[in-house]
Amino acid sequence: MKIKFTLNGTLIEKDVPVNKRAIDFLRDDLGILSIKEGCGEGECGACTILVNGKNVHSCLMLAVELDGKEVITVEGLKDNVIQEAYVEAGAIQCGFCTPGFIISTKALLNETLNPTPEEIKEALEGNLCRCTGYVKIEKAVKLAAKMYKGSDSND
Amino acid sequence: MKEVTRKIPKKDALGLLLGKPVYTDDIAPENSLIVKILRSPHAFARIKNIDTSEAEKIEGIECIITHLDLPRNPITRAGQGYPEPSPHDWYILDEYVRYVGDEVAIIAGKNEQCVEEALQKIKVEYEIFEPVLDFEKAEDHPSIIHPEKESHPMFEIGFDAEKNIAASYEMEIGNIEEELKNCDVVVHQRYYTQAQAHVAFEPHTAASYLDMHGRLVIISSTQVPFHVRRIIAEAFGLPIKDIRVIKPRIGGGFGGKQAIHGEPFVAAVTLKTGKPAKIVYTRQEVFEATYTRHPMRYDITLGATKDGKLKVIDMQGLSDTGAYGEHALTTFMVAGSKTLPLYNKVSAVRFTGKVVYTNKVPAGAFRGYGAIQGNFALESTIDMLAEKLGMDPVEFRKKNMIAEGETSPIFKIMGEGREGVEMFVRSCKLNECVEEGMKLINWKEKYPRVKISETKIRGVGMAIAMQGSGIANIDMGAAILKLNDDGSFNLLIGATDLGTGSDTILAQIAAEVLNVPTENIIVYSSDTDLTPFDVGAYASSTTYVSGNAVKRAAEKMKKLIIKEGARKLGIEESKVDFDGNYIYEINGDKKLPLKELATVLYYTENQKQLITDASYVGEESPPPFMAGFAEVEVDIETGKVKLINYVAVVDCGTTINPNLAKIQVEGGLVQGIGMTLFEDVKYSPNGKLLTNNLMHYKIPSRLDIGNIIVKFAESYEPTGPFGAKSVAEIGIDTPPAAIANAIYNAVGIRITSLPITPEKILMSLK
Repeated sequence: MKIKFTLNGTLIEKDVPVNKRAIDFLRDDLGILSIKEGCGEGECGACTILVNGKNVHSCLMLAVELDGKEVITVEGLKDNVIQEAYVEAGAIQCGFCTPGFIISTKALLNETLNPTPEEIKEALEGNLCRCTGYVKIEKAVKLAAKMYKGSDSND
Repeated sequence: MKEVTRKIPKKDALGLLLGKPVYTDDIAPENSLIVKILRSPHAFARIKNIDTSEAEKIEGIECIITHLDLPRNPITRAGQGYPEPSPHDWYILDEYVRYVGDEVAIIAGKNEQCVEEALQKIKVEYEIFEPVLDFEKAEDHPSIIHPEKESHPMFEIGFDAEKNIAASYEMEIGNIEEELKNCDVVVHQRYYTQAQAHVAFEPHTAASYLDMHGRLVIISSTQVPFHVRRIIAEAFGLPIKDIRVIKPRIGGGFGGKQAIHGEPFVAAVTLKTGKPAKIVYTRQEVFEATYTRHPMRYDITLGATKDGKLKVIDMQGLSDTGAYGEHALTTFMVAGSKTLPLYNKVSAVRFTGKVVYTNKVPAGAFRGYGAIQGNFALESTIDMLAEKLGMDPVEFRKKNMIAEGETSPIFKIMGEGREGVEMFVRSCKLNECVEEGMKLINWKEKYPRVKISETKIRGVGMAIAMQGSGIANIDMGAAILKLNDDGSFNLLIGATDLGTGSDTILAQIAAEVLNVPTENIIVYSSDTDLTPFDVGAYASSTTYVSGNAVKRAAEKMKKLIIKEGARKLGIEESKVDFDGNYIYEINGDKKLPLKELATVLYYTENQKQLITDASYVGEESPPPFMAGFAEVEVDIETGKVKLINYVAVVDCGTTINPNLAKIQVEGGLVQGIGMTLFEDVKYSPNGKLLTNNLMHYKIPSRLDIGNIIVKFAESYEPTGPFGAKSVAEIGIDTPPAAIANAIYNAVGIRITSLPITPEKILMSLK
């Protein structure tokens, strides 16, 4: 089936088999390698992408479902504010789950720049990390919100 | 110190955060054949016949390999020092399959679809045997899991395949029975720990290809690249020189990648077809066909006199190694060697037991490596004994635990798979850890319990722990430093960063010696062709063992820079020093920028490459220590335990990078908390793993853990690089006992089997 969607700001038109998963299409056919497969069943969140501003698991999605949508991955974020916050907070170990966390952080911060600790915990619930213990990731999300607010007020 | 103790970000942080393609699957050759494994549906069987003819006809299939096509060299997959203390009882493929998930055939094809289809078309006839699924019935079971005569140990480890025993061990100091007679209080308790799964988020992945010389190159998500090279050579009967192993970034290991897993299968395909090949395990395969933690049973007897002196420790264990004996003896011994020295003033101590084979997923290395199992049993029983003595459990520990400058006969007697080394504990701030932890958890106010409501009661509990820093006299790490013409340095190390940040802290150590910014040290690690040897990332060895090697190589480099600088300046070497920027005259004005010297040495005068190397083997394995304090809230209506606070105060010597040390402890704690409260492994009655996905095998999410507080005690280990010991494993050890003790203090029930589920609590409350 022919699909048409924007990927990180670029219009893509491609034929895809109807049974192909979005993760395989994006990784294997389009070379978007920030997307990681940790479990293949929507439990771990390593494959999280933004579709129309919401974070979704690309392993549970078919490529054809991307038709008409706006897709953003870590490669296509307009700025590196969230990444800088993660570096600053030291919120990284092996990094395999990290692109998924970055995307979920972006989805949360699209909604609010004043997330409560509970909102942060809930926003990250769909992303599992086995290395960090989550403490510094939570700090990084808070810091990213602060950095965005700071840059807004400077505008 | 300028560079050591600096909280700089991990060197690879930004690249990883930007999602750069750096893991094995991202960089495997694009035209790699897809490799998949046909796995056994039976827990124990012999392959009578395999018919691959239909599968081979499928378009795109390149090769199907069965046990008849491969050399049958007994090896162990365990990546350990050589000769390994694990029995050689594994074959690339074998006529026997010993657990559900064991490998039957290797299939390679042009794409996923054709390989998946071929998997369905292979016809296998099995002779099915009665499996051994209960580890308490494994010894002398009528089914012998390793009946083949080729399997053997490399040296005496108490291996007895006819009885399903992979290894056994016993030691006794003093006379347990006699000393118990002199004790006023004796307690005895049995404990069970479960088969935890590692769940590193990057699944086991390996790729292989032949280079232009026809050498086999393997890219692998591994903790032990040099061991992989040696084991693959042994399994295929190839010379080591014909193999290169490259470790790129890897997505977590925790011990689960301290072995070969996918490497022999891609190697078999590449060797047969000459083509690149890759295997990416599915999450189900990771659960069913890699490793778990060794489930163990311990019977603990403790005896004390009424003045609160611990006199006797007796630990009798049984460990379940699953289908293969990987890390069987060593994990078992660590359950004793990394717990018993905590109480070094006893009159008699005994540690005995067996490690048995079962037809279950093989157990292997897992962070803690036996210590967490032993700690749960010993530290739970210490609380029982303190209560019987009418003493505060913290006071009882403080009275009996090891202190700086002391020793334990255990260090010499129990090594890893053989004798250990005699050693005094040169750095031990256990007492400070306990004191600080008590303050942070507010022990005096909260012990033993605070009633929150009619149904909710909070309790506090604690445990102490120790680990090691590498394996003394066995683990070797080496480093090479090379000066570039702009005055920067390449640091080449065999040490294996599995996400921990070891590349960064090793660069910090070199930078500290050379007095240059860590940013001027370019690290390349873990490539058997390009970096010097290192045993790899395990046994909490990298900071201490590899770190000492890096420090020595950097010290040599500094001397060499001074020597060459002095020559250029025309001054005697003894009158010159190097401050990181300049080689300068100590009592004079002459100076030379490092960059200028580096350029001159490359291009114009007295040309040479400045390069130094060093190797290090620990003569000791200084233990890091910690005290863990848990505050839990038990709901007596539902049995649910909520972890409110977990306080960890750690003595790991100097923290080379406090941020990275802290995140290591935080991560270890959360894995330990998961094992304590819900991570569980379940099998069907015929031996199939039921908890084979993340829906059924729950690991902690951000919502499942309470407040985590990690602090470091001021400590300095004289034998460590800039005073450092290890930090990788110590964080995982205390949660089981500390949480079990907190639950007991809250509601008066003692759970002795992990995980501590609401069901177990409710059943005990009734």
